[in-house]
Amino acid sequence: MAQAPHWQPHRYLPMTAAERDEMLRATGRTAIEDLFTDIPAEVRLRRPLALPPALAEPELLAHLRELAERNAHADRLVCFLGGGAYDHVVPSVVWHLAGRAEFYTAYTPYQAEIMQGELQAGYEYQSMLCALTGMDVANASMYDGASAAAEAAVMARDLTRRDTVVVSAAVHPHYRRTLETYVRHLGIGVRTLAHTDGVTDPARLRATIGAGTAAVIVQTPNVFGCLEDGAALAAAAHDAGALLVVTVTEPLSLGLIEPPGAWGADIVAGEGQPLGNHLNFGGPYLGMLATREAFVRRMPGRLVGATTDREGRRGFVLTLQTREQHIRREKATSNICTNEALNALAAAVYLAALGKTGLRRVAELNARRAHYARTRLTAISGVRAAFAAPVFNEFTLRLPVPPDDLNARLRARGILGGLALRRWYPEMEDAWLLCVTEARTRAQIDALADAVAAEVAA
Amino acid sequence: MYPDDRRYTREHEWAKREDGRIRVGITKFAADRLSDVVFIELPKVGAEVRAMEPFGVIESVKAASDLYAPVSGRVVEVNQQLVDSPEMINQDPHGAAWMVVIEPSGDEAWDGLLDAAAYGALVGAEH
Amino acid sequence: MTRRADFPLIFDHSVPGRIAVALPDADVPEVPIEEIVGRERLRREAAELPEVSELDLVRHYTRLSQRNYAIDVGFYPLGSCTMKYNPKVNEDAARLPGFARLHPNTPPELAQGALELLWRLEAMLCEISGMDAVTFQPSAGAHGEMTGLMLVRACLDDRGERRTRVIVPDSAHGTNPASAAMCGFEVVTVPSDARGNIDRAALRRVADGSVAALMLTNPNTLGLFEEHVVEVAEIIHGVGGLMYLDGANFNAVLGITRPGDQGFDVMHMNVHKTFSTPHGGGGPGAGPVAVKRALEPYLPTPTVERVGDRFVLQEDRPKSIGRVRAFNGNFGIYVRAYAYLRAYGPLLRQVSEAAVLNANYLLAKLRAHFDVPYDRTCMHEFVLSGRRQKQEHGVRTLDIAKRLLDYGYHAPTIYFPLIVDEAIMIEPAETESRQTLDAFAEALVQVAEECRTDPDLVRGAPHHTVVTRLDEVAAARKPNLRWRPKAEVGSRA
Repeated sequence: MAQAPHWQPHRYLPMTAAERDEMLRATGRTAIEDLFTDIPAEVRLRRPLALPPALAEPELLAHLRELAERNAHADRLVCFLGGGAYDHVVPSVVWHLAGRAEFYTAYTPYQAEIMQGELQAGYEYQSMLCALTGMDVANASMYDGASAAAEAAVMARDLTRRDTVVVSAAVHPHYRRTLETYVRHLGIGVRTLAHTDGVTDPARLRATIGAGTAAVIVQTPNVFGCLEDGAALAAAAHDAGALLVVTVTEPLSLGLIEPPGAWGADIVAGEGQPLGNHLNFGGPYLGMLATREAFVRRMPGRLVGATTDREGRRGFVLTLQTREQHIRREKATSNICTNEALNALAAAVYLAALGKTGLRRVAELNARRAHYARTRLTAISGVRAAFAAPVFNEFTLRLPVPPDDLNARLRARGILGGLALRRWYPEMEDAWLLCVTEARTRAQIDALADAVAAEVAA
Repeated sequence: MYPDDRRYTREHEWAKREDGRIRVGITKFAADRLSDVVFIELPKVGAEVRAMEPFGVIESVKAASDLYAPVSGRVVEVNQQLVDSPEMINQDPHGAAWMVVIEPSGDEAWDGLLDAAAYGALVGAEH
Repeated sequence: MTRRADFPLIFDHSVPGRIAVALPDADVPEVPIEEIVGRERLRREAAELPEVSELDLVRHYTRLSQRNYAIDVGFYPLGSCTMKYNPKVNEDAARLPGFARLHPNTPPELAQGALELLWRLEAMLCEISGMDAVTFQPSAGAHGEMTGLMLVRACLDDRGERRTRVIVPDSAHGTNPASAAMCGFEVVTVPSDARGNIDRAALRRVADGSVAALMLTNPNTLGLFEEHVVEVAEIIHGVGGLMYLDGANFNAVLGITRPGDQGFDVMHMNVHKTFSTPHGGGGPGAGPVAVKRALEPYLPTPTVERVGDRFVLQEDRPKSIGRVRAFNGNFGIYVRAYAYLRAYGPLLRQVSEAAVLNANYLLAKLRAHFDVPYDRTCMHEFVLSGRRQKQEHGVRTLDIAKRLLDYGYHAPTIYFPLIVDEAIMIEPAETESRQTLDAFAEALVQVAEECRTDPDLVRGAPHHTVVTRLDEVAAARKPNLRWRPKAEVGSRA
């Protein structure tokens, strides 16, 4: 069979040609081919893989830099984009710690005695997430906010034994699409409740739900940036015997806003990217899932628990694993296995870096800067706020010019403008979703307002 | 070793007749095989159960099993103490660790259950 | 015995008033915050987060990291997990601002470099797998399984066929049946035969018009190549079902044989195994799904497509199953996988050759000391059984695993696959040297010897770790899943 007879050294492979031959002999074989005789001849690949040639490290980095530079990233343009991913300051300390190889080159902590670092970090993350959301228990992470919300819906069905979920149209459309995909084959129906002036109306919700409703899914701040009246929505859901699933795509808001646990949420399923994780063009992100103590055994995903060793010392283990696929197989609460542990670690480091008062101050800064931007922009003739509801760091404007055109012109001024909402809501042709985090300075906001004023007038 | 005052399922539950009602638990064989029980989920009083269909769940650290109803009927008593102290199942599976009492809806399922000798032979074979 | 002190929690370091970040001044007008969000919405009690200085934070997490085992620390023969070296340059690549600081809602015309990377990666994955198209949406292997089975379901539904069952061998990963259940399929389990292959007679008995798919891992979880995979594919295709490959063990066959050529219609790959992206202590991973042309219309949105000389994110796919997550998949992980593949090119074949040779070499060194339930040429991993040690010395596989920790190694995967009594599943990976394998074999043989000479030593292991064996029963009976402030603990007690 045709193949390169020699062995080419490669920086990631320690095996030398001489060692290869010695090791083959040690196994009683003479050629590499002898190791693959169980593979039927007709399905052997009889040619080299048609892949681009191997690159040495300098060429590799040069190539990747070239690809990277062809992207309009948030260090090049001043970013006012939000919509489910947020450009926050990530302190250097976060990835210096989460990026330690002892963490990132580890596997899932199956051997607890030598993985106390990862396990304790997970326990601390769970604790901080509970503190942040006001919930009783949090798991060690899910894939992202959208899939966490979908798994929350399945969890609610199992808990209530009801088979319809009602989702607000003001929930991020990627989350709603993901939900529909997840539940399609599980006999769970999805009904969408239209928003009313940018928020979910508790009265309309009451009229929509009933004895078959397993869960009501709302997002706050919602996709338009508006804060929902969570307590009223919780009351409406609970009066119908349904659970309230609250999706949070911007968890920094919880530094300032009363958390879902305080107003009656049963499950919080959200996105943890804003907590110390980079934008990464959409992933890896961090699915957050938290719930009430009574529901913990219906929760999907890994959980870290504290216990003691034989000498009475505190230690940590993966626990309540009978919920999981490797034991319960087709009866498991979910199929999830690998999650986003490293991103959860980064979130924990970030939250600990801010601390109790720092979190509040960063959240306030977001709200103030967004408020300032909203005030300045709505002072421009023809630009108005789309909705009256209060907001955190995102808000929707109505523009007198097509938002995509405005974005194109802002780009020339070094600004990555807001999201043209018609991409997700075709009927909202003039709607522009802007995000202003603590990373945006007053000077940048002023420059944006001046640019918008000039372009709108032009 | 298996008391002959009751009958058994092939899924390792025992069923004891008491004034027409059926007290249900799991056998020592099952409890030993699960090892340390950490959690049990039982139905509410009033729940309807069907013979050889699951009525609850029992878990150790590394395993989870359904609990099967030996007979059809209505649950009239639930051992709440067991829910709080599942370790009782390892300590006294045939006594204090009973799980539910069922008001049976008929006799047919009872007749299909194993007696102590047949059950002993079954688990002897599984050893 | 004096009890050594507990390792402190981050909360134990907290002192009110400390902070580890510098916050910018509010350079905008100080409007009262309740005027902005409404007094009734304001958080009443601040979240109980620890308050620490930057150095406190650095020391805490650095010390935690030192209480962790990782590839960069030592040999990690965790079967089925492919713990290979994670090249450093890949990390540098993923952290380039053009990737790490790229917002997912950036218009595609401003993210051409990122999309080109995905497009090129798709072409490479197609070449390696023998498939026709790839989705990057799934976030991990299990997510890929769910996605792949949904594609199967969508394809069959589109053909008007109501097929309800998915066949899974008894050696399969637990995710397989769990994924099938998430797609509403009934799971049928088929046994393995005496050589460790799927039992073809049993397969024929259950293969009928109700079968949507067979989920097969190949090489399977015994580390053996399914010798009759072509025939198995014919059986399934013969009844109109589809072939799903669990690509967890893809590392064994890169450039050797391609799933697409073996008859598989759809597969997922674990890039955090095969393509060297770090496992992160349990994620993030990525589980791209590759399909044959017939399944392409159903791929999740968005897909990466080339239109002329531009790359686009295609959302308009009428037959798509929809989304399985937000945005564009775990892009940062794909940057690393792409860098890995570009570092190898066609030399990728040597990865599998070395992985398989390493496994067979290690097996040869251990064969005399443990039972080998299926003694064939293994692929990238092999499964031993500790039943001899259990029967003769009363030492369980768990004890052997724990004793290996004392020797400074991560333990192999144990008690999986379920069909092997006292299973010990060892995967050395291609990035380990012969000297490392020799030393590990010596340690494992030594432990086998200790099972004979000093079984209590093994049963009490580990002895040299930061904690001894932990009480998992107590952890599960009375779950303690979070730290609570002292006042709260008191009020709850």
